[in-house]
Amino acid sequence: MQLRAENLACQRGGREVFAGLNFALPAGEALLVTGRNGAGKSSLLRLIAGLVRVSAGKIELSGGAADSSIGEQAHYLGHQDAVKGSLTLAENLRFWIEFLGGGKPVEAALGAVDLAPLADLPAAYLSAGQRRRLSIARLYAVARPLWLLDEPTTALDTASQARLATLMQEHLAGGGLIAAAAHGPIGLEGARELRLGPA
Amino acid sequence: MNALLALLVRDMRVAVRAGGGALMGALFFLIVVTMMPFAIGPDLKLLARIGPAILWLGALLASLLALDRLFATDHEDGSLDLLMTGSVPLELTVTIKAIAHWLTTALPLVVIAPVLGLLLNIELRAMGAVALTLLAGTPALTFVGLIGAALSVTLRRGGLLLAVLVLPLTVPVLIFGVAAANAAMTEGVPFGPPFTILCALSLAALVLGPVAAAAALRSGLE
Repeated sequence: MQLRAENLACQRGGREVFAGLNFALPAGEALLVTGRNGAGKSSLLRLIAGLVRVSAGKIELSGGAADSSIGEQAHYLGHQDAVKGSLTLAENLRFWIEFLGGGKPVEAALGAVDLAPLADLPAAYLSAGQRRRLSIARLYAVARPLWLLDEPTTALDTASQARLATLMQEHLAGGGLIAAAAHGPIGLEGARELRLGPA
Repeated sequence: MNALLALLVRDMRVAVRAGGGALMGALFFLIVVTMMPFAIGPDLKLLARIGPAILWLGALLASLLALDRLFATDHEDGSLDLLMTGSVPLELTVTIKAIAHWLTTALPLVVIAPVLGLLLNIELRAMGAVALTLLAGTPALTFVGLIGAALSVTLRRGGLLLAVLVLPLTVPVLIFGVAAANAAMTEGVPFGPPFTILCALSLAALVLGPVAAAAALRSGLE
């Protein structure tokens, strides 16, 4: 399995964000996307997920399911956490696990991010870091080969960052791919770096 | 199948819990219909004659009011991104959201319409017919409104634009709904033809609405 971009270009709001992007990411490896604010890190991840249109070039996940789009084989962890405040943590997570096709049980997933004691709390009472951990639980629970992480360590405390690093290493060890946008190290040792910015 | 059921349950749960807006449409309907007799005056004959039209207009406006939250809340918290990258086709996802919306917003309207008919001096047998026409016609309103909601999803205050977009498409539903309700009240006027056309409009909307709404959501991607 390989995530390959050829001459990829993206436009947002009529403005060209990046063009002529090329990279190839094999299974078991991670790509760290860096660049200054506005360079197009989030746009690149959203483009891979299929949420932004490709304006030139192509992006493909070779070796994956032939009739599914890349977005259907990826987990997108964006800036927002897709958490409904009026539902409890368990209800939120159970919904996403069932909607995305099933996976590990809710209790195990909450335990992996250390949110098990709060399972029956309405999600409106969570802090930003806890909401981020709930989103990470979704990645752990449903198995998808590609992880697209947009600044995943935002709002996370050091213990949670270490837990995320462990989850990412396990995903890579199992043959998964990760493309993450970040401003600094996020615990991915030996990741390839893709620096976006002026040529 | 499991995925669709999970989405239905979640949407209904969110709507029914505090702040979800489930009874917003019903309350607006109540207000509009309650104020009508005060505005029109104590002319009982007039109220009985235009009663079904008032109920239908109230149901239409109440449906439009609640529609703009259909996709907006999911767009604001990032759920819409994930719903679009699920393995369920977007058309089905959108259909399920519309069904959940109809069950929590439009069905209460159908249930309280006969009660409100008392305020408008509508005869007993006509009240049942009006409720039946609402039951058959509100799916058309919801599924056509789906298109407007999908087109205005990224707008903060998209409600008014949505109403403007959707209103022309809801006019046939209104016409045939009121025609069927009036036919039930008047002797000698057949109830069947307008009612079956109303059902046909709902069935057509059931199919075309989600397809158009999914296309609108996709085209809204930059």
